[in-house]
Amino acid sequence: MITVAARSPWSAVVPRGKVLDIVDLEGNQAVDFLVYDAADTAHRYSAANTITAQRNIFLTTGSVLRSNEDKPLMTVVDDTCGRHDTIGGACSKESNTLRYGHHTRHQHACVENFLAEGAKWGLGKRDLVSNVNWYMNVPVEQDGMLGIVDGISAPGLRVSLRAEVDALVLISNCPQINNPCNGFNPTPIGVDIREIRDGR
Amino acid sequence: MSTSTTSGARDHARAQEVTETPIAPPDGVDHLTWADVVPGGGYTHKVLARGSMLRLTDLSGDACAHVLLYNADQPWERLNVADTVKVQWNAYLGEGGLLLSDQGRALASIASFDAQHDTLCGTSAAGRSLFTLAAAKNGLTPRDLPPSLSFFQGVHVEPNGDLTVVDSARPGASVTLRMELPVIVLLANVPHPLTPDASTGPLEVAAWQGQATRPADPLWSSTPEGRRAFENTFAYLDAKGQS
Repeated sequence: MITVAARSPWSAVVPRGKVLDIVDLEGNQAVDFLVYDAADTAHRYSAANTITAQRNIFLTTGSVLRSNEDKPLMTVVDDTCGRHDTIGGACSKESNTLRYGHHTRHQHACVENFLAEGAKWGLGKRDLVSNVNWYMNVPVEQDGMLGIVDGISAPGLRVSLRAEVDALVLISNCPQINNPCNGFNPTPIGVDIREIRDGR
Repeated sequence: MSTSTTSGARDHARAQEVTETPIAPPDGVDHLTWADVVPGGGYTHKVLARGSMLRLTDLSGDACAHVLLYNADQPWERLNVADTVKVQWNAYLGEGGLLLSDQGRALASIASFDAQHDTLCGTSAAGRSLFTLAAAKNGLTPRDLPPSLSFFQGVHVEPNGDLTVVDSARPGASVTLRMELPVIVLLANVPHPLTPDASTGPLEVAAWQGQATRPADPLWSSTPEGRRAFENTFAYLDAKGQS
């Protein structure tokens, strides 16, 4: 298992059929996540198509991460946390100024990680779209009110994703300190690419 | 009319013109800067100046207007539905709501709102195909297509995350957007992705020149997040010499 330091990005190509484990080592650590078809990065994760196909905004075991061409990119084959976010997007220096005040404009943010890590693969600003937030808790109330609230994750919980294509994965181990998505204390995560075992 | 000769073909072509019924501007508006009726399955696009008002009307009650907005001066800055719902603490939009870019600025604000809508499901395969064409005519490619929002067919989120389709907007339902930056607007009129086999009626599009939100307007400071979005928008234009 590889440890991704707190606040840091990570990326890899997960070969088709292999499984990526993402482990919340210390608990309540949001993991911002984008996935692209490594053979054609214009073919990429679509939060909208993922939500539409399963008619639900939360991800868990059985959820399929679908592309902008409505094809499966990865499947959640195991999830010991139970619920993950698709609608909250990534924190950015720019959105931080709206949410917390202009004084936060120089704080580190997930979009910085995505841009830096994506550049290694030829990806740029136009390639960033609404992302998955593993372990982040974003309820939507009856009147539509939503927000990032205290997490439901715990140390050692894991989500396992089977690649349905050769999948280029970008991760930002979220550095946010102004909301509870990381318990106000960003911590390391573990990642591992492995063979599938008993379908999981 | 014979089309066997060039002059015959020309006469035949020229005889085809039909004068369309103009869309009347709203009271107090001199002229429309954009007027169109988009049939079901159609698309349209336009570059609109800052301060433009864009009114979309569901003429028959079964239109579905899928919308994407870009900063016309730098189209890598574009509508970000995740930031739009997260920053405003709500999955639903309403009058006074902002359509936010990924750069912490307001692309548009909602001047009037009498419609169902959806910020979650994006568009269908048909809508994506139309957006691809509309984008291409503005020098943009499929990489420039983020999740879109749609008006007139609604979606509700249950507490367990399930999505339910809300009744269609009534005939004549409309929404008016106020452009806070110069924008490229892409519109596709196709069924909502949760009801992909629905028939789609005509979408009326009308735009006219108005005024962007100013610091003295109540909307500028109606929420702290919105105020900072307007401040960021103003600061951006000010630095460019366009405030």
